[in-house]
Amino acid sequence: MKHIKAIIASIALFAMFAGTSLQAKVEIQWWHAFGGRLGELLDEQVNKFNASQDKYTVVHTRKGNYSETLNAGIAAFRAGQHPNILMVFEVGTASLMAAKGAYVPMYQLMKDAGQRFNPKGFVSAVSGYYTTTDGKMLSMPYNSSTPVLWVNKDLMKKAGLDPEMDLSTWKRVGNALDAAKAKGIDMPFCTCWHSWVHLENFSAYHNIPFATKANGFAGLDTELAFNSPVHIKHIQTLGKWAQEGKFKYMGRRNEAGKNFRAGECMLMTESSAGYAGIKKEAKFEFGIRHLPYYGGTEAPQNTIIGGSSLWALSGKSKEENKATAAFLAFLSKTDIQAKWHQDTGYLGVTTAAASATKKSGFYKSNPGTDLAGIQMMRNKVTQNSKGLRLGSFDQIRGIIDEEMEGVYNGTKTAQVALDSAVKRGNVLLRRFERANK
Amino acid sequence: MEKRVFFKGWWLPTLLVAPQLLISFVFFFYPSGQAIWNSLFLPDPFGLKTEFVGLDNFRFLLSDPYYLASFKTTVIFSTAVSVSSMALGLYLAALADRLIKGAGVYQTLLIWPYAIAPAIAGVLWLFMFNGNIGLASYYLKALGYEWNHTLKGDQAMFLVILASSWGRISYNFLFFLAGLQAIPKSIIEAAAIDGASFWKRFGTIVIPLLSPITFFLLVVNIVYAFFDTFGVIHTITSGGPEQSTTILVYKVFSDGFVSQDLGSSAAQSVILLVLVGILTVIQFKYIERKVHY
Repeated sequence: MKHIKAIIASIALFAMFAGTSLQAKVEIQWWHAFGGRLGELLDEQVNKFNASQDKYTVVHTRKGNYSETLNAGIAAFRAGQHPNILMVFEVGTASLMAAKGAYVPMYQLMKDAGQRFNPKGFVSAVSGYYTTTDGKMLSMPYNSSTPVLWVNKDLMKKAGLDPEMDLSTWKRVGNALDAAKAKGIDMPFCTCWHSWVHLENFSAYHNIPFATKANGFAGLDTELAFNSPVHIKHIQTLGKWAQEGKFKYMGRRNEAGKNFRAGECMLMTESSAGYAGIKKEAKFEFGIRHLPYYGGTEAPQNTIIGGSSLWALSGKSKEENKATAAFLAFLSKTDIQAKWHQDTGYLGVTTAAASATKKSGFYKSNPGTDLAGIQMMRNKVTQNSKGLRLGSFDQIRGIIDEEMEGVYNGTKTAQVALDSAVKRGNVLLRRFERANK
Repeated sequence: MEKRVFFKGWWLPTLLVAPQLLISFVFFFYPSGQAIWNSLFLPDPFGLKTEFVGLDNFRFLLSDPYYLASFKTTVIFSTAVSVSSMALGLYLAALADRLIKGAGVYQTLLIWPYAIAPAIAGVLWLFMFNGNIGLASYYLKALGYEWNHTLKGDQAMFLVILASSWGRISYNFLFFLAGLQAIPKSIIEAAAIDGASFWKRFGTIVIPLLSPITFFLLVVNIVYAFFDTFGVIHTITSGGPEQSTTILVYKVFSDGFVSQDLGSSAAQSVILLVLVGILTVIQFKYIERKVHY
């Protein structure tokens, strides 16, 4: 009996030492939401970091789409099994900000690790989203994009339209769709991310509030306001197009991107970051245009970002936090950022990356890739165009999607649907306010 | 005459029921108690702080029209799944029962779909009806029928019922077939000699003699439709469009794990617990009485 105990003890000891010698490198976990082409590019960044030094290893895991990644991270946090770095899309920002104690703020992380880090190097339209009102940066912007209009030039020609025609307003887009429908184009218009493009960015672009209290930046007691006449007019137009077969609804997220890349859809509103996939798969000539607007309004103001930032979750050892800081600092380097921007169509989130890209002549040889940046920074931001900071916003988007489905399938008018979405969303905002007092 | 076994002393019976009690406690009483406890609180998603709110979660739920609508959705969904899969199962069993040659092959093939997990079945049907690449939707379109279950609630409902019933038909078939084969041939033959037609025999002899099995299957199918169809709904519609396929169990999941509203989710679990309790009592108290064993 004694012998067996001794043997077990020595095996355990051996295993411990073997373990430590293998783990001389500090390993940190990064949970993210990128698959497909974007996933490949992300993997490339991680490999580059792991090869660039011998102290740290980053292991990345895809946890599903944005919402699933956020939920996996939150559930893991409750169970104490969370990763070091969590990718959180812009919609979840308010939820994380309110969860003080769940994360190590970026400025703190960098300071503790002794990393040189300049928050001023980020484009303010992007970093403003992740910075507190007193100027402290809480998370690191990773990928940011803004919606643009994608054009299938071959289908435009088939519809008898000039592929370079003016598509700056929704009225002109409507005319183009009429012509396309008349020529038998099956899917003249499609869109991804309904709420993000047609309500959130729409509000900023037309300089009207999406929610009160500066879209939630000024306080938790904000209320939704996207049922104004201009909003209703736009959603009603989309509903009408859907009824007339000019607009095909493919799903709530970016499902329509498949149809565009396959050459079925003529005009699509989608993130500028659709670029990676479209460039890789499209077998037709495509163009990029600014997001359309309505004349006689304050548009075009500027659009806002979508995308994600990286949060360093709390409860990790000092060594691991150091590794996290080193990796995040690596990601904000100019060459990494410039490459990411050019490969994906995401915005260059640091000013240095944007100017390096310009210098390299990339915009000239890839026309349209600079439009997203221009569109975001074309005017001085107003209270309505700074971004959104709303609690439970992922769920509110779900509600908006549900109600918009009612408009597209013709069971609801835009007025009824948006009023109902505002009412239902406000209930969630009050619940969030109460839980985060 | 009833036979009863008595144990002397108390430790042996205690020991014998202990494993079952332990399992019930760990997997039923403890989680149920947790759900009841949590339904009285409003926690933040990360579990950093929580507030006692009494019955506010229930008040919040019962004033939500979408929650009330999900009761109706659940009733429609479970009835449709149970009735359609049982009817088809019985029909196929009646056919297979009359087979003389190759019965084994037919039976094996008919039981096959039961081996497929709900989530996989969901993905399978989703592929066929996918608006971009689906074969079924392609042919429907060729026939002039516009299929888009991401937008049309009734189509989405039809699809989840179809996908949920499909594997269930096999299960019901299996039990009905066993039931049919257990009916003594002599009774049926006697009725046939008396001049009763097939349908007469089926209606007055077979169905009453099958009633214990039918009752068992009804209970099992309703429980299945209530709880085990989660995978199908999650993969095909995620409860949409406009929550038209959000059944009660799916709402517990989506409010709790998608929306991170654990208070409301716990309250829904409690309501569901009560509901299942009532259903069980009704089933065994009233329906079982009419069953001939």
